[in-house]
Amino acid sequence: MIKRSLICLLVSLAALSSTVLADDLTIGFIYVGPKDDYGYNQAHALGAASVAKLPGVKVLEEANVPETVAVQETMRDMIVQDNATVLFPTSFGYYDPHILKVAKQFPKVQFFHCGGFYVVGKHPANVGTYFGYIDEAEYISGIVAGLTTKSNKLGFVAAKPIPQVLRNINSFTLGARSVNPAATVQVVFTGDWSLPVKEAEAANSLINQGVDVLTCHVDSPKVVIQTAETRGISSCGYHASQAAIAPKGYLTGAEWDWSHVYGMYANEIKAGKSLQDGSIPHVVRGGLKDGFVKVSDYGPSVSDKAKEAAEAAKAKFMDGTMVIYKGEIKDNTGKVVIPAGVEMKQKDPELEKMNWLVEGVLGSTTS
Amino acid sequence: MENAQVEKAGSLLEPLTDSDSSGQKRHFRWRSHLESILIPIGAILVSLAAFGAFCALAGANPFAVYASIHKAAFGSWYSFQNTLVRAAPLMLCSLGTAIPFQLGLVMIGSEGALVIGGLCATIAALQFPTASPLMVQVVMAGVGMVTGGLWLAIAGGLKHYRGVNETISSLMMNYIAIAILNQAINTWVRDPSSLNKPASYPIPDEQMLQPLGDTTIHWGLVFGLVACLLAWVLISQTTLGFQIRTIGGNVRAAQIAGIPVGRITLITCFLAGACPGLAGMVEVAAVHGRANESLNAWYGYSGILVAFLARHNPLGCILISILLGGLLASGGILQRDQHLPDAAIMVFQGLVFLVILFSESLYGRWKIFREVES
Repeated sequence: MIKRSLICLLVSLAALSSTVLADDLTIGFIYVGPKDDYGYNQAHALGAASVAKLPGVKVLEEANVPETVAVQETMRDMIVQDNATVLFPTSFGYYDPHILKVAKQFPKVQFFHCGGFYVVGKHPANVGTYFGYIDEAEYISGIVAGLTTKSNKLGFVAAKPIPQVLRNINSFTLGARSVNPAATVQVVFTGDWSLPVKEAEAANSLINQGVDVLTCHVDSPKVVIQTAETRGISSCGYHASQAAIAPKGYLTGAEWDWSHVYGMYANEIKAGKSLQDGSIPHVVRGGLKDGFVKVSDYGPSVSDKAKEAAEAAKAKFMDGTMVIYKGEIKDNTGKVVIPAGVEMKQKDPELEKMNWLVEGVLGSTTS
Repeated sequence: MENAQVEKAGSLLEPLTDSDSSGQKRHFRWRSHLESILIPIGAILVSLAAFGAFCALAGANPFAVYASIHKAAFGSWYSFQNTLVRAAPLMLCSLGTAIPFQLGLVMIGSEGALVIGGLCATIAALQFPTASPLMVQVVMAGVGMVTGGLWLAIAGGLKHYRGVNETISSLMMNYIAIAILNQAINTWVRDPSSLNKPASYPIPDEQMLQPLGDTTIHWGLVFGLVACLLAWVLISQTTLGFQIRTIGGNVRAAQIAGIPVGRITLITCFLAGACPGLAGMVEVAAVHGRANESLNAWYGYSGILVAFLARHNPLGCILISILLGGLLASGGILQRDQHLPDAAIMVFQGLVFLVILFSESLYGRWKIFREVES
C-alpha cells in the first residue's frame, strides 16, 4: 500500500515537474509599431503567433514601443515581472544602445535581434542577430513587374537611402531589367519609416508620371498598395502579403517568413542550446533557400510568361546558383561599382554597406 | 444659516491666519485650495471610470486593469523607477511651455529645443574625447541649455520684435530643428559605421552620465526636479518673476510701468528653452550615447500636455509628469497581462486629458468652494 502510494506520488511529481519544465520557456516579442500594419511589425507578429502554438512556449507581446528608454523598460519588465528568458526586440533601432545595455544586466537571458551587426568580443555573449536576404524575393518581384509593365515605368516608394533599402531597390531593378532591359525604376524617398501622407503623395505622383507597377520599402506598405489599387495599376508587396487589400492589382511581393526562423530558434532553445555556450550562432542569415524569406502567391493579373520567368529564377535561388550582384554593374551615374568578373555573393559584407543606385534607377541617394 | 456655518469654519482656521504688510488679518484660502485639489482628483476618478467602461467593452475586467496599472506604475520601487525614468524628460519639456505661458505666450517649441540641445551637446562632447567625464558633462549641459535657450528665444524675439505668432513659429521651428538633426546625422557628424540607422559618432562610455546608485534612474530626474523648483521660485518669488507675470497680465500696463518687455521676453524664452535643451543633453548623455533620430521621441509634445494640465504651475508639472510617466509605464502590462490592444493606454491618456481639461470649466461653479469675505 505504502509502496503503491509512493509510486503514485513519484509519478505525479514527475508529471508535475515535466509540466513545469514544459512551461518554462517564456518568449517576449517587442514591436516598434502596431501588430496589424500589413508590414514590418505584422510579419514579426505572425512569426510570434506561430511560436505561441508550440507546446510549452508562452509568448508575451508588446507593440508600439519607441526606440528610447521605453524599450529598455519593456525588456526589463518582461524579464523581471513575467520571467521571460528569451527576447526578440524586433526593431532595428533597439539594438544599440538599448539591447546591448539590458543584455549586460541580464546575462542569463538570450536576446535575438533582427538585423543588428554583432561584433564579436565587443557585444555581450547573450546577444544574437538574424536577418533574411529579402532582396532575393525583391529580384523575383522585379522580374514579374518587368514583364507586367506596359509603360516600362516602375515606381518605388522608399523610406530612407540606407543600405538595406538601397539593396532592395537595386535587386528589384536588376530583376526587372534582367527580363525587360527597357524598364526603369523611379524611386522616391519619403524620409522616414512611417509617413502615410507622404507615401500617398509619392505614390500618386509616380502614377501621374506614367508608372504602372508600384512597390515600396516602408514600415507599412498599406497606403502605397491601396493607392495603386484605387488608381487601377499593379503593385508588388513588401514585408507581409498585401493581397487582401489589392485583390485585382497585387502581382506578388517579398515577404519575411519569421514563423520559420522563430520556430527554429524556439526548438533549439527547448533542446537546451544557447547563445552563451555557443551552440546557437551569434549571427544567423538566410534567403529563399533557407526559408527566411518567401515570395507572395501570384495575383490574378500575372501572365504565364512572367510566372515562368519568376519560377525559373526562384529555382536558381533554391539551388544556390543565382548571384544577383555579378559584375559588371554600373551605378546610375555611370560609374562601375562592381567590375566585370567579380561576383558578390549574399554574405559579402560590401553589400551591407551599399550606398549607390544601380543603372536603370531614376533618383539619387541624397534626395 | 449658511453664513453662520461659514463663519464658524473661518473661526476654526483662526490659528492659520497671518498678517500681511497692511496689518490686516489674511485668511488662509482653504476653500479655493480644496477646490484645486478636489477637482483634479474627481477628474481622474471620472476618467478611470470611463476607461473601465472601455476595458469592459474590450473584454477585460476593469478592476484587474486598475490593479495592473497600479502594479506597473506605482506598485513597487522597481516599477516606480520605471515611472520616474519616463517622467524625467517630461518635467524639463513641460517647462518649455509653462514658463513662457507666464508671459502670456503659448510656446510649443520644446521638441525643437530638445533636438537642438541634444545635437549641439553631442557635437560639443565629441570635441573632447579624452577629457574627464565631469568636464565633458558640464560642457554638454552648458551647450545643451544655451542652444536650446537660444532656439526658443528666437521664437520669443520674432514675437516681440516682428509680431509673429509664437505658437506657429515655435511649432515650425520644431520641424526646422528635426530637419537640421537629420541633415547633421546624415552628413556632417555622421559615423560612417552607422549603416542602417544614421547617427553621430558615439560618446565614449566612460563619459556618459551614470545612473543614480543601483537604480535605473538617471540624472535627468534630478535636473527635472531642480529645474521645476527653480522655475517656481523664479516665477512666484522674485522681482523678475513679478515682471514676467505683469507682462503676462497686461503687456501695455507693463510697458507703461517701465518694464523692459523685449528684454524680459527674450530672457524668459531663453530660460524656458534651456530646460528642454538640457533634456536633450540628458537623452544623449544618459540614454543614447550619440545623436540620432531617436532624439525626436515626442517628449516635447507630451510636455505641452503636462504644462496645460498643471495649469502652468512648475510644481504641478512635477506631479503631472509623474502621473503621465506612470501611465506610459503601465502601457506594456495592459498588453501583456490584460491582452488589451497597444492603443488602450493612449485611450486612457486621452480620456484623462479630456476630462481634466473639461474640469477646468468647473472652477468657481460650486458655492461650497467660494471664499467668504468677512
